[in-house]
Amino acid sequence: MADIATHEPDHAVDHGHHSSTGLSNNKLAMWLFLGSECLLFGGLISTYMLYRGRVQNGPHPSQIYDIPFTSVSSFVLLMSSLSMVLAVSSAQRKDDSKTNLWLMITALLGATFIGGQVYEFTTFYREGLGFTTSLFSSSFYSLTGFHGVHVSLGVVMLLSLRGIIKKGKITGDKAEVVELIGLYWHFVDIVWIIIFTLVYLIPS
Amino acid sequence: MSLNELTLTPSQSPSLTKGKLVVSPTQTLGAVRRPVNTTGWRAWLFTVDHKKLGIMYGTVAFVFFIVGGVEALFIRLQLALPDGRILSADKYNQMFTMHATTMIFLFAMPMAAAFANYFLPLQIGARDVAFPRLNALSFWLFLTGGLILNASWFLGGAADGGWFMYAPNSGPVFSPSNGVDFWVLGLQIAGIASLIGSINLIVTVLNMRAPGMTLMKMPVFTWMILVVQFLLVFSLPVITVALVLLMFQRSYGATFFDVSQGADPLLWQHLFWIFGHPEVYVLILPGFGIISEVLPTFSRKPLFGYPFVVFSGASIGLVGFGVWAHHMFASGLGPVSVAVFSMATMAIAIPTGVKIFNWILTMWGGKIWYSAAMKFAIGLVILFTIGGLSGVTHAVAPSDTQQTDTYYIVAHFHYVLFGGMVFGLFSGFYYWWPKVFGKMLNEKLGSWNFWFMVIGMNLTFGPMHILGLQGQPRRMYVWTKARGGEGIFTFGFWNMVSTIGSFVLSIGVLFFIINVIKTARNPERAPLDPWDARTLEWLTTSPPKVHNFDRIPVVRHLDEFFHRKYVEDESTHTMQQVATGEDLVRAEEASADVDIHMPGASYWPLLLSVGMGVLGMGVIYGTPIMVVGGLIVLFSSYGWVLEPSVPDAIDFDTPSTDGPTKEIAPVG
Repeated sequence: MADIATHEPDHAVDHGHHSSTGLSNNKLAMWLFLGSECLLFGGLISTYMLYRGRVQNGPHPSQIYDIPFTSVSSFVLLMSSLSMVLAVSSAQRKDDSKTNLWLMITALLGATFIGGQVYEFTTFYREGLGFTTSLFSSSFYSLTGFHGVHVSLGVVMLLSLRGIIKKGKITGDKAEVVELIGLYWHFVDIVWIIIFTLVYLIPS
Repeated sequence: MSLNELTLTPSQSPSLTKGKLVVSPTQTLGAVRRPVNTTGWRAWLFTVDHKKLGIMYGTVAFVFFIVGGVEALFIRLQLALPDGRILSADKYNQMFTMHATTMIFLFAMPMAAAFANYFLPLQIGARDVAFPRLNALSFWLFLTGGLILNASWFLGGAADGGWFMYAPNSGPVFSPSNGVDFWVLGLQIAGIASLIGSINLIVTVLNMRAPGMTLMKMPVFTWMILVVQFLLVFSLPVITVALVLLMFQRSYGATFFDVSQGADPLLWQHLFWIFGHPEVYVLILPGFGIISEVLPTFSRKPLFGYPFVVFSGASIGLVGFGVWAHHMFASGLGPVSVAVFSMATMAIAIPTGVKIFNWILTMWGGKIWYSAAMKFAIGLVILFTIGGLSGVTHAVAPSDTQQTDTYYIVAHFHYVLFGGMVFGLFSGFYYWWPKVFGKMLNEKLGSWNFWFMVIGMNLTFGPMHILGLQGQPRRMYVWTKARGGEGIFTFGFWNMVSTIGSFVLSIGVLFFIINVIKTARNPERAPLDPWDARTLEWLTTSPPKVHNFDRIPVVRHLDEFFHRKYVEDESTHTMQQVATGEDLVRAEEASADVDIHMPGASYWPLLLSVGMGVLGMGVIYGTPIMVVGGLIVLFSSYGWVLEPSVPDAIDFDTPSTDGPTKEIAPVG
C-alpha cells in the first residue's frame, strides 16, 4: 500500500475533482439536459402530428400558414447559430469585445425570431385560430409556444451572460460558459428545423 | 489557489473575531451574504452537503410512507366488510389515488434518492456530488411538490383519478374539483426535482469516481442508481408533456383531451405509460442495488457474476423503454402492437431472472449471517420472484385481458413493489444505519420487524390474487353482501384476511419506528465496520466526516475495501485477513489530506423552490400569485448565478499553520 500513500489528488486542476470522462461536469450536465429536452419536444411534436388534421372549428393549417414569412424568420434563427459559433470562437480566443459583439448579435437575431412569432400568433388569432379553437390550434400553439419560450430564455441567458462578463463576475472558464449557452442555443435551433419541416412544410 | 497567497482584508476580520463563524461569507447581489452556519437549523436549511440532504430526503420520505400507509389502511377498512361505510365513494377515489401517488412519488423515489444521495459519492470515493447546490434544489423542489400534492386534502379535496390520471376522465368535466390541479402541479415540480437530481447523479458517477475505479469496479448499488437516473432523464420529460397538456386543458381551456372535438383518449395513455413503465424500474432497481450489496456481505462471498448483474440491470433499463403498451392491452391497440409489446415484456423477464439466479448463487455455499438486513434481502428475492411470475402472466395478452383492472393486478404490483422495493429499502436501513448514524439498529427488534412485515404483506396481498381471479374489480369502493358468497373461502373471507394482513404489516412498520427511537436513545456506538463490509463507504468514520474521506482512495479492485482487509494466500488460495476495517480507517486518518475543498452553503436552492411553489399555486389561484412566484424565481436565479462558481479569496478558512484546514470550494 506504499504507493497508495504517495497519491496526492491534483487540487490545481479541478479543485480535487478529476473528471473520468474528460468532459467537464458542466458540459456533461448540459448534454444530459439537452438529451432530456429531446424527449420533451418529442412528446409535443407527437401530439401535434396526431392532431394537426383534426379541425372541427376555425381555420385549417393550410389556410393560415404563411410559408414565405416563416421561412424568413427561420433563416434569421439559423443565422443566429452562426453568430453564436463566432461568439464561442471569440471567447476561446479570449477576445472579450468580439465575444460581447457576437453575443449581442445572437440575442438580436433570436429576439427578431421571437418578434416574428409574436406577429404570426397575432395574425393567426385575428384569423380565428385561438388557443382553444380546435385540437390543431391547441397543439400548434403548445408546440411552437414551448419552442418560443426556449428561444426567449436563450435570449435572456445571452443578455445576462454579456452583463456578467462585462462586470467580470465569471471567475471560472469564461469560454466554457459561452460554449454551454451555445450548446443550448444550437439545440433550440435544431429543434426549430424539425418543427419548421414537420409543422409548416409537410402538408397535413 | 495556494493558501499562502491569501491575505486578510479588513472587511473579513469582524467575522473572524466572532469565533463562531468559521469562514467569511461571500457577498452576492451586493446584499445577500452566503450562509456559513455549521450547526443549528440553519446548517440544515441551507446545506448543500450530500449526507445531510440524504438524511433529509430519508426523513421526509418516511413521513410520506406513513401518510401513504394510513391511506392504505383506510382503503382496507372500507373493503373489510360488505357495504363498507368508512369512506364515501368520492373519498375512496381520493384515498387510492393519493395512496399510490404518495407511495410512488413521495416515498419510493425520494427514499431511493436518499440512499443514492448519501451513499453514491461515498461508494465512488468522492467528496460530494457534482452540483451540490442543484442537489439541495432537488430536495427542496421535491418537498414543495409533496406539500402541494397533500395540501389538496385541505383545499377542496384531493385528486381522484387514480395515479395514472387517465384523460379525459381527469379533465374539467369529469373531475371538477381542484384536486387534479394540485396533483398536476405537485407532480410537475417533483418531476423537475427528479430531473435535476438525475442529471446531477449521472455527472457525479461518470466524472467523479476515485482514481482507478473503472465502471466495472463500481459497486452494484452505484450501477443500479446510474441506470435509474438514465431512465429518469429520458422518461420524465414525457410525463411532463402529459402534465402540461392536462394543465393547459384544465386551467386554460385547451382541447387536447376533449373527445367532442375529436381528441384521442389513447394520447394520454401512451404519454403516461412511456413514462410510467420505465418508472416501475426506477422504483425497483435501487432495491436490487441495495440487496446486491447486502447479500455478498452477509454471505461472506463476492457477488456471483458481477458483470451479469450489472448488464442485466442495464438491459432491464433499456428494454423497460419498449414495453409501455402492455399497460394498454385492453384498450384495442390492434394485434401487431399487442404481439410486439407482449414479446418485449416477456423478454424483460430474462435479465430479471438472471439477477435472481445470481443472488441465489451468491448465497450458495456462503457462510450466511441472518441479520435483519439479510432477512429483508432474502425476503426481496422470494417475494419479488412471486410478483415477477404473476407479472409474466400479464405479459401474455389474452390472459392479461382477463386480469386487467382486477385485484390480480393489485396483488402483482404490490408483490414487486412492496415485496421488492420496500423490502430492499428496509434491508438498506438495517445495513447502512450504523454508517449514517454511528449506531446499530437493534437486531432483535429488526427480526420482529421483518417477520411481521413478511407475514403481514403475504396476508394482505396474497388473497388479492384469488380475489382478482374471482373477478373483484380494482377501484370499486364497496362490495355487496350478495357478492360476498356463501361458504368458507369466499370473496368476503379473503377481503377480511387482506384487511387483517394490512394491520399485521403496520405492526411490523411500528416495530421499525420503535427500533429507531430505541437506537437513538442508546448511547452505545457502532463499530466502524460492523458487517465486515466490502465497499468504499466503510473506509471512513461513522458517520462520515463532512469531507467524506481523509484522502481520496485509489481503487484497484472491485470490492476495494474488502481487498484492503483480505489478501489471497498464494499457497492455499484462501483469503487471509491482513487488517481490520478499523485499522484502515485509522491509517487514512493518519495521512489525511490538508486543505480539503468543500462546497459552501447557499440560500438560493430553498428560495428558488419556494418561488416555484408559489408559481404553481398561481396556476390555480390566479395570475397575481403567479407573478409573485415568478419574481421570486427570477430573483433567486440571478442570486444563484451571481454567487461565485469559484470561491473568492475570503471564502477560505483562515490560513492555519498548525494542522489541516478546510476550505470552501466551488459550488456547482
